[in-house]
This record gives sequence, structure tokens and C-alpha cells, in this order.
Amino acid sequence: MKKKVISMFLVASMTAGMLAGCGSGSDAGTNDVADAGTNDVADAGTTEEGKVINIYSWNKEFRERVEAVYPEVKETSKDGTVTTLNDGTEIHWIINPNQDGVYQQKLDEALMRQADAPADDKVDIFLSETDYVNKYTDADADVAMPLTDLGIDPETDLADQYSFTKVTASDVNGVQRGSTWQCCPGLLVYRRDIAKDVFGTDDPEEIGENVKDWDTLKATAEKLKEKGYFTFSSYADTFRLYGNSIANSWVSPGETTIKIDQKIMDWVSDSKEWLDAGYLDKNVKGQWNDDWNKAMSSTSKVFAFLFPAWGIDFTLKDNWDGGDGAWGVTNPPQEYNWGGSYIHACTGTDNPQHVKEIILALTADKDNLLKISREYADFTNTQSGMQDAATNDKEFSSDFLGGQNAYTYFTPVADSIEIAPLSAYDQGCVELIQNAFSDYFQGQVDFDKAKSNFETAIIERYPDITEIQWPQ
Amino acid sequence: MKQKRKKIDYAKWGYLFILPFFVCFFIFSFIPLIDTIRYSFFEYYRSGIKEIGPNFIGLANYISLIGSDMLKYAGNTLILWVIGFIPQIVIALLLASWFVDARLKIRGTQFFKVVIYLPNLIMASAFAMLFFTMFSTNGPINSILMNLGWISERIDFLGSVFGTRTLVGLMNFLMWFGNTTIMLMAAIMGISPDIFEASEIDGCNSVHRFFYITLPLIRPILAYTLITSIIGGLQMFDVPQILTNGQGTPDRTSMTLIMFLNSHLKSKNYGMAGALSVYLFIVSGILCFFVYRMTNDNDPDGSKAAAKRAKKQRRK
Amino acid sequence: MKSKMGNTFRTVFAHVVLIFLSFLCLFFFYILFVNATRSHADLQKGFSALPGSYLLQNLKNVANDGTFPMIRGILNSLIVSGCSAAICTYFSALTAYGLYAYDFKVKKVAFTFIMAILVMPTQVTAMGFLRLITNMGMYDSLLPLIIPSIASPAVFYFMYSYLQSSLPLSLIEAARIDGSGEFHTFNRIVIPIMKPAIAVQAIFTFVGCWNNYFVPALVIQSKDKMTVPILIATLRGADFMSFDMGKIYMMIMVAIVPIILVYLLLSKFIIAGVTLGGVKE
Repeated sequence: MKKKVISMFLVASMTAGMLAGCGSGSDAGTNDVADAGTNDVADAGTTEEGKVINIYSWNKEFRERVEAVYPEVKETSKDGTVTTLNDGTEIHWIINPNQDGVYQQKLDEALMRQADAPADDKVDIFLSETDYVNKYTDADADVAMPLTDLGIDPETDLADQYSFTKVTASDVNGVQRGSTWQCCPGLLVYRRDIAKDVFGTDDPEEIGENVKDWDTLKATAEKLKEKGYFTFSSYADTFRLYGNSIANSWVSPGETTIKIDQKIMDWVSDSKEWLDAGYLDKNVKGQWNDDWNKAMSSTSKVFAFLFPAWGIDFTLKDNWDGGDGAWGVTNPPQEYNWGGSYIHACTGTDNPQHVKEIILALTADKDNLLKISREYADFTNTQSGMQDAATNDKEFSSDFLGGQNAYTYFTPVADSIEIAPLSAYDQGCVELIQNAFSDYFQGQVDFDKAKSNFETAIIERYPDITEIQWPQ
Repeated sequence: MKQKRKKIDYAKWGYLFILPFFVCFFIFSFIPLIDTIRYSFFEYYRSGIKEIGPNFIGLANYISLIGSDMLKYAGNTLILWVIGFIPQIVIALLLASWFVDARLKIRGTQFFKVVIYLPNLIMASAFAMLFFTMFSTNGPINSILMNLGWISERIDFLGSVFGTRTLVGLMNFLMWFGNTTIMLMAAIMGISPDIFEASEIDGCNSVHRFFYITLPLIRPILAYTLITSIIGGLQMFDVPQILTNGQGTPDRTSMTLIMFLNSHLKSKNYGMAGALSVYLFIVSGILCFFVYRMTNDNDPDGSKAAAKRAKKQRRK
Repeated sequence: MKSKMGNTFRTVFAHVVLIFLSFLCLFFFYILFVNATRSHADLQKGFSALPGSYLLQNLKNVANDGTFPMIRGILNSLIVSGCSAAICTYFSALTAYGLYAYDFKVKKVAFTFIMAILVMPTQVTAMGFLRLITNMGMYDSLLPLIIPSIASPAVFYFMYSYLQSSLPLSLIEAARIDGSGEFHTFNRIVIPIMKPAIAVQAIFTFVGCWNNYFVPALVIQSKDKMTVPILIATLRGADFMSFDMGKIYMMIMVAIVPIILVYLLLSKFIIAGVTLGGVKE
């Protein structure tokens, strides 16, 4: 375990250094180590394919979509851990919960071992979420293969994708290192009964007028408050809208300074104002907790939520205890994107041909993507397909939304999404700034204390951060 | 001569008996521990998926920890532990003495004993989850209190320092008082009934009996309880972690040392986590040394020490 | 007369306190039970004091989920906790006896050493531990969850204290005079005397292992080796988009029922053991 003193070292070589001499079972992989770089897979089609494709993911979502659209799939074992393909190759699904960062921890361990792992134990495909996609597409780390090395040309093969998803999955040099089937434009989802009570109508067009930008929405919020309703449930609900529109990334490439964008400070001051004014339910603190879930139930006084397609179909639908047709969608006050799972080919994969096929089948085939939209209600990553869906009320209207075709609202949002510049530190920054200022909103600490609490927390999370700059 | 050889033989057995423990400890705890201590002198963490270091930086990790809020977290840990431990030991002593007191004629002792131990069986994380739900602002506890008319406005339990700390203390109390009771009971029942009988003849009442006979005689087990509780307190993690979503809210007033350690481990900062571990190790060592000395040397009538000496002499 | 009155008062007071505490303890179990009998949609409506009718449905949902090997998980937990409890108590008793009954050079050092490591938080060595077992080829196996429990300083200390208070050295001398071998003495004479202590510690160890999430989460990877706490975490985290609180409460129920059974079985034994211990000396 004698280690050289190196900083900023490539993962592959790092692992080689760490595990060298640990013996058992690492011999098989050593040959691949030397040339596991980016160049050797260029002629992917000709090399011998491995027998096992290992896919790292956090739930069965990806598996179901592969089963649905990848034609080579033969069958999946009952416990969902192994999928057999027609040519006998097995896909092994390695599922770890996203919760508490377990997924990333396990994936990172596996990536560190990648170079030394026997061919059939190598990670072939792994998934990442928008919140941390940048950590894995990093050019220096080089764990996610550039798509061109697989033989996929983003310019032509992925031309129909929404361009912001391609930007998101690219490294600092503009090399695309992942691809997604999903695109997550968000809408404003509102309770129709509350709309009728306050505005006398539940028509999406008219409600949309009332929430079209922040100033209008504020006036609307006052009206809702007079009738005893909250506009949104918590300050965390609106965060994405502000966070998505920051001008510069939290941390610029190659730097170790966090620059907090003015937009984030706007969110802080607006949230405080809204909370104090009673437009938000002060009992709901953050998302994904019981109070938040309950805010979506029939007894709640919350008028609207900000959700992308998956949020409506899984979170809201599951938490709503009434019948269909109680909710409607309309345009949000500001375009935003929330979520998205990216598929990456892992550097060192021994199944480049299969990996290429899977990525193409899932993210580049319009028919497949429309199928996913129909079966799993994802807003999929095909511009022309989504245009079709927006006009196809027959197939794409939702009972839950009272027969509304949500795609008519999703599509314009998706078209105008400008993805905020990403950094590898986003997940922590987004999470911790909300936590730190939560105390401030609740009146537990003053503004400056909240700022210093954020600084403490962020340096704990990212030891390499040297400075935090707040906007004037 | 003969006796001496016999002694050597026995010593061999002694070594043999303690061997498995030490071999196992050496492999599974000692090697990892040395690893931890070694890294505490290094700058060694992960940034994204790139590893930084290890670079030898001497005591820098230790120094920067002193400058951080570590002491505040140590204070939090102490407060949270005291809030839970004081009621726990008092109630446990009371219950244990009641259970073994034949004159009290407590009905259904078996039932009570089983019931009070139950909370200890639930996973701390599941228990914390349950508490989180129950005490949330829209949760059942608030509804019940409102219905009873005891409060007019919903209480934000987890939004205040006092509320959060009390809840953590309450949970630790509930989870451990049954455990402690059973342990103390076992100790009290180990006391020879003759002593109690003799005291009764001498006219001792139950309070005297408790303070002058029971308490001194169960000192080893009390010390054990205290030590394990201190260790448990230092390691307090699951309950506040889940109750506050790992943030130690509000304003980090319920952040414990292990939560602090965990946030370093989470960010894969092995160097800093190692240094913090070493601090923890030293602190808990000092604490236990004190408790150990306090409870063992302070043998009031010196009978135990005398007996030990006598035994040693006899064997010589 | 007066003392009798006092006793009656104390009896009543004791009962009131006991009933209150029992209520506190059982209340949470009751809530858990009620929640396990309700569907997610019901749970959304808010708290209810009466159980719902969803118990069997929740149980079916948990048991029939092919991706979620509940039975296997319980079995794994039983194996790990059972083996750990057995070897932990046996070897701790052995070590305690070794240090208590024999005189040898490093005795004092060994004892102090164990006392020193008693205070080591497990989290401290976690990363090194993981690296070690990976190198030993024990990653993703149940062994690293079981074997390390041989060295449990806390259990050792309990056993040692117990020996101090209940095993007269004269008894061992007597056994030696009768020609009993050292191992035989330990297994046939010392172990029975230590039964109450062993029973108490067996429960504690069993419960501790059963509920342990931290180490298994590091070590276990494949589905068929997962223990119950990992399964619960998976259930909570795997699919947050379609999570079902009813199912989670059900799983927690399923996780604590076996442990309550084991506890009830052993608790009788403990009480008996404790009473036996009372008449010795």
C-alpha cells in the first residue's frame, strides 16, 4: 500500500496503484488496464464481446425501459437481477439505493476497481442523475466513454434529442459522454377545485395567465391567501426554477471557489418574503418528507406544485387520495428542468457493441421513445416525437389530469430550456444551501449565520473548496 | 516445585483462552485502526471520483479540526446524552428495585419486563422515522394535543432547539431504559438474599436498603452501564441523523460527533475523518479511564480488594 | 401498620408508573401496527387510531415483490445474528474466564488493552475494514459480519464483571482436584454458572446484529445476501417515485416480529437463570 505522492490522479491508474499486489483474481484484468484509455474501443465492433454486461443503477426504471425497447432482450429472471439476451449474453443489474449516496458510493468503489476487475466483473453501463452527472462526465476522470469512441456520432445519431440534454452530458471540452431517453421539462400542476373557488375557472389557459411570471404569480398568491390557500407547499418547491437559471456554474472548471449566483440569493429573499407573507405553508420544510407528501392530499390547502412528467405520474398521483381529474397542468412562471437519468458507457467495458446498441435503442430511436412515453409516461428525448405527442390528444391525454394532454404544455417548456452551467459540486451545493437557509426562513438563525452555516457544511462536503464568494 | 510447574501449565491455558479474541481483534479492528491513524496525518480525499493525495501533512488535519466547530458538536453530544441518560438510569434503578422487591407485589412483572424492553428491539433508524412522522407539525401528536385542547396552535417540535434535543433524549431514553433495567435487575438478584434479610432484622427501611446495600453491591454493573452508555452516547448517530436528515437542525445544535465524522466519511475525506477518529478515541479513552478508576478504586470497605489480595497471596 | 400502608401506597405508585411507561413503549408499536395495516393512500389522509384493512395486501406486496427477497433476507439476518450471538457470547466468556481464572505475565496488559479498545467507535475503522475484507476476498459474504463479533470488548467486560461477582475461584480449584481438564471445567462448570449473563448478552448481540445497517451496507452487494435493514433501506430508497409507505411500515413489522419472538423465548430463560443465580454462594 505504499503510495506515491500524487494529486489529481486518474482513477484507473490510481486503482492500479492501490490494488496492485492484492493478488487474487486481478490477473485477468491487467492486460486491459494498460490500454483502457479512450482510444482502443474505436473499432468496437470487431473485438470479442464479453458474456456479462454489468449495469449500475438505482432502481428498476432503466431495466423496464430496456426490456420494453431493446429488441435483443429475451427474458428477465423473476427477481429482476439478470436479463438474458438472445445471443446468450447476460445483463446483470446492480441496483443500489440513491438514498444517502449509497448508489454513488458503490459505483465509485466499482469504478476504482474497474481497471483490475476481470472482464465479466467490469462495469459496462452506469447511470447518473442530472444532479451529479458532471462528476462522471469529467474529462480528467474519464470514467464515462465519449460516445464517439463507441461509434455513436452525436451530431447525426442523436440529432433529434433536445440539445440541452446533450450539453448536460458533455464534458468541459464539449465531448458528449452520456445520453438520456428522458427530458424533464417542468410545469405548474394545480388543484382544479381550488382554482374554481378562487378564480371561478379551472381552465388551463386562464390559470396559465395568472401564473405566467413571478410578478403576476405574486398577485395571484395574494388572492389565494385571501381565500385561505397556499400557492406552493414549501420554499424548496421553487428552488429548481431559480437554480436552473444561474448564469455561471457553482464552481467554474478548474477552480476551487464557489461563486453563489445572484439568482440563488433572489430565491432566498423571495422565499423569505413569500413565507412571511403566508403564501407558502410554513409547516412543510423541504421535499420528500411526510409533510410534503401530505400537502398533496385532498385535505391540504396547497394550490399548486411544480413538477416534471415523472413528478406528476409518480409522486403526485401516489400521494393524491381523491379521484381522477382533480388536477390540471399549465405553464410554469419560468421554464425549468428537473431530473433526468443519463446512460454512460463505462471506460474499460468489454461489451462495447452491446452498450452501443442499448444506448441507441433507448435514446436515439423515435418509435422506441414514443413507446416509452406511452407506457411509462416519461417525457422522452425526441423533439419531433414530442411535437407529435403534443398534437395527439387521443393517445397522450391523461385521465389523472382530467383528460388534459400535458405534452402541449411540456413541449414549449422543453424547447426553451436553457440548462444552467453544471459543475461536479452541484449536488452538494443545491442540497446544502437549501438546508442552511431553511433555518433562516424558519427564523432560527439570522441571515449571516445561515451564510456561515452553508460555508461550514460545504467545506465539510467538498474538502477541496477553498473559498466561497457571495454576490454583493 | 510441583506447584510451580502446575502454575506454568495453567498460564498456558490462560493464553490459549484469550487467543481467539486477540487474533480476531488484531485482524478485524487493529489493522483497520492503524490504517485510520496513518491517514489522519495525510491529506487524502476524493474530489468527484478523483483521489487527492495521500500527501503527508503532519498535524494539519488535527489543527484544522480544532479550529472547526468540533467542540460545539462535542457539547451537543454531551447534552443529548445527558438528556437521555439521567432519566434512563434513575427510572431503571427504580424499576429494577421494584421488580425484585417481593413486598411490593407487582402484578404482571413478566409482562412489564417484556414490554419495557421492546423499544430496544426496533431498529434505531426505523424508530427515528416513526418519531419523525409522529412529531411532524401535521403529525398525530399535534392533532391529539389540539383535540385535547391543550394547545391552540400546532407546535413545531423539530423546528426548535429544545424540541429536537428533547425528542432525541426521549428516544434514547425509551430505547435503553428497559435494557438497563434488566441488566440492573440481574445484578440485584445476584446479591445474596441473606444480606437483605440481615438488614431487615437490623431495621432498615426500603430507602436505606436501596442506598446502603443495593447500590454499593451492584457497582460493577452500574459501572458497566455507565461505560457502555458513555460509549453509546459518544457514538450517537442514527437517531439525530434520521430525525434531522443528517443536518443536525436547527442551526447544527443537534449535530453529534459521529454525524460530523459521518459527513467527512461521506465526502470521502479519509484524512480528516481519521484525525477526528483519533480525537474521539482519545476522548472516550479518558472518559472511560475516569469512570473505571472511580468505580473500581473507590471500594468503600475495601473488602473486594482485600479478598483479591488474599487470593493472590494464597496462590503464591 | 404504617409500613403496610406505605407499602400499599408504593405498590399503587409503582403500578401507575409501570403502566405509564408500558403505554409509552407500546404506543409506538401500536402506531407501527396501525400504519402497517393501511394503504399509502390511507396514510396520506392522516393519522388514524384504528387499524385499516390493508394488512394482508401490504404483506402480499412485500412478500411477492420478486425484486425484494424478504424471506431470504430474514433468513440471512437470522444466520448472521444467531451465529454472531453464539460465537460472541462463547468467546467473550472464554476470554473473560481466561483473564479471570489464570495468572500469567501479560494478563494485566491484556485486560487494560481490551478496556482501551472498548471505547473505539465502529465507524472509525469502517473504511480500513472494508479495504481489508476486500483484499481477503470476503467482500459480499456473510462471514465478515459474523467473525469479527468474536472480539467484542463490551460483552467481554460484562462477562468479566459477572465472573467477578459470581464465580468463586475455589470452585475451579475444587474442579481441578476432581481431575477436571481446563476446557472441561470451562464448558461444564463455568458456562452453566454464566448462563444468565450469556442469555442477556446473547439477546443484546442478537438484537444489535439484527438491526445493524452500517457494516452490512458496506459489505453486502448481491441481493441474496442482503439482511433485513438493507432491504428496508432499499425499499425506502430504490424507487422514490413510486414509494409506498404502507409497504415500508409492513417491512419494519416483518423485521421486528422474529426478534420479538426470539426475545420472548429467551426472556423466560433469563428470568429463570437470574433466579437460579440468586441462591448460589
